[in-house]
Amino acid sequence: MRSLEELKAIKEKAEKTISVRENTGAPTITVAMGTCGISNGAREVLNAVIEELNTRGLANIHVTQTGCPGLCHKEPIVTITVPGKNPYMYGKVTPENVKKIIVQHIVNNQPVTEWLVNLEE
Amino acid sequence: MEFYRSHVLVCAGTGCTSSDSQLVRRELLKQLAEKGLDKEIKVVETGCFGFCNLGPIMVVYPEGTFYCQVKPQDVNEIVEEHFIKGRPVQRLLYHEPDKETRTLEFDNIEFFRHQKRVALANCGHINPEVIEEYIARDGYFALARVLHEMTPQEVIDVIKKSGLRGRGGGGFPTGVKWEFASKSQGDQKYVVCNADEGDPGAFMDRSVLEGDPHAVLEAMAIAGYAIGANQGYIYVRAEYPIAVERLQTAIKQARELGLLGKNIFSKGFDFDIDIRLGAGAFVCGEETALLTSIEGRRGEPRPRPPFPAVAGLWGKPTIINNVETFANVPPIIRNGWEWFASMGTEKSKGTKVFALAGKINNTGLIEVPMGTTLRTIIYDIGGGIPKGKKFKAAQTGGPSGGCIPAELLDIEIDYDNLTAIGSMMGSGGLIVMDEDNCMVDIARFFLEFTQDESCGKCPPCRIGTKRMLEILTRITEGKGTPEDLTNLETLAKTIKNASLCGLGQTAPNPVLSTLRYFRHEYEAHIYDKKCPAGVCQALLTYKILAEKCRGCGLCARNCPTNAISGKVKEPYVIDVEKCIKCGACLEKCKFAAVIKE
Repeated sequence: MRSLEELKAIKEKAEKTISVRENTGAPTITVAMGTCGISNGAREVLNAVIEELNTRGLANIHVTQTGCPGLCHKEPIVTITVPGKNPYMYGKVTPENVKKIIVQHIVNNQPVTEWLVNLEE
Repeated sequence: MEFYRSHVLVCAGTGCTSSDSQLVRRELLKQLAEKGLDKEIKVVETGCFGFCNLGPIMVVYPEGTFYCQVKPQDVNEIVEEHFIKGRPVQRLLYHEPDKETRTLEFDNIEFFRHQKRVALANCGHINPEVIEEYIARDGYFALARVLHEMTPQEVIDVIKKSGLRGRGGGGFPTGVKWEFASKSQGDQKYVVCNADEGDPGAFMDRSVLEGDPHAVLEAMAIAGYAIGANQGYIYVRAEYPIAVERLQTAIKQARELGLLGKNIFSKGFDFDIDIRLGAGAFVCGEETALLTSIEGRRGEPRPRPPFPAVAGLWGKPTIINNVETFANVPPIIRNGWEWFASMGTEKSKGTKVFALAGKINNTGLIEVPMGTTLRTIIYDIGGGIPKGKKFKAAQTGGPSGGCIPAELLDIEIDYDNLTAIGSMMGSGGLIVMDEDNCMVDIARFFLEFTQDESCGKCPPCRIGTKRMLEILTRITEGKGTPEDLTNLETLAKTIKNASLCGLGQTAPNPVLSTLRYFRHEYEAHIYDKKCPAGVCQALLTYKILAEKCRGCGLCARNCPTNAISGKVKEPYVIDVEKCIKCGACLEKCKFAAVIKE
């Protein structure tokens, strides 16, 4: 160990790997994984979420699952919760558009309004 | 970087390992691979969570779901339900004994809620075999700070002002000890870590070494810088194989990253650490005996002064601190002495780790601020006494400590309060006893231990403890005389005053404190020839209550000496001459007709 900077660099990298264990108020991506969700492709959506986070090197984000939220015809459903804000629920999510959702909603903080679940439909 | 959506922490401490947490981990890895989840869910081995009686423990992040007593056959359900469908497996969650509901997150469990973790902060949170995880939690930044910003004297001043005292038993101020060693002249100085944890029931040092070994290495390097030493030794008992293995891994990793070795942080400071294995003699926890043992000679204490800070290992100035003491050092440097001194009581700062054992619902390892009452520890964290029994006493300080009776449950636990009531902090073993424990028998048990572990160098300890043990054994056998009590007290005082080292000086404590608070139990053994708790076999007689006996004959069939006779459907009787007091009849009787008194 030659310098403090070297130690800081190790810390920065390692922090990302354990951030999932810290209660840091990170944004949460929740994929509904009830029977309806899984049969409509929620598994593939979840895989795409992880792939995208990996590609972009995004670490401080929690990915969890939940059961059926009751809107089976809108499955697969993905909910994004940024602490302190209302949750956004996306319906009929595909592996392709979930990547766009991550970029726009999480990276650029711009929810993709046209894919949100509209309960008045 | 690999992103994992979930981390599954499986305890790999000694407690959970002995309840087969490794089988659970292997089964989990196998099933995750089969289901193709191994790229998104990471399995992490950690140190001890402290809740050892509920092991194997598994915690799932980011939710923080706390599963207990997980068996290999439960893994399938956890994978199918929790990891695939996102539904926590309710039946494996913790539930408070007095509540219907189960608790999902472990921060909400009573056992953890009252704790304050400083020395154990990383235990159960990081993988102790991955140095980067320690660094991610600010590890080695304290060492970086002292080398970059502080003079050795400033380091000593911070430790002094923090009020940190030795956690191994004596309670000597750590900063003062460091200052002595720093002022001692010598071309070579040493830092020694005392990991020879010998108190029956205490295992906090083992847990720190298993769960956060780098904290100890970092603290030793800081101590080395403070006193001007460049070599450290960790004296750890060979009965702690997991701790030894993790220490070896940690030392290797620290050397690879240059956090041990030459010219650390390019500041011209060299420090390295080696491990020395102890063979498990209790006396080697005494500092001078420990040093003698490192030197390769028989572990026997020597008179002090000179203290190790002046003439220690190979006659060179040496500081010797306990594992838990060291574990407190990096947080003090990182957060400042004010932070540490804000916790605890006037003369005992910070927190203390206790190993809860005996008649208590939640056995395990806890850390609380100094000054927490015994009542909080036993009832709020420990969950009270099993089977609704009555609390009788708590034994602190292991074989060197004493028993605290129920009247003193509200005492604030710190070094000075414990000493004032005739016990001591010791290393932090806390054994709880209920109404079924005989205090004379407990005193005899501890004396048997110290008598056995006495190294034999000085006569007061070698002969004195032997004579005390003989008297105590006589009392438990119903052969005690009134003079025995005065003889016990005289012997105890002589041994305390005349013994060479801490082992002998504290060995009579369990006897003195039980004589002080439970004298009536001794007197019952001596005058009435009765053991009020029903423990001492020689003083018991087994009887069958005629009015309760249905005459089933089960007791007679189970009696190994044919001491029970009678006719079917009529009350049976025990022949006291033949009875060997094995208790088989009492255990077998379905009508509670057999009693002992």
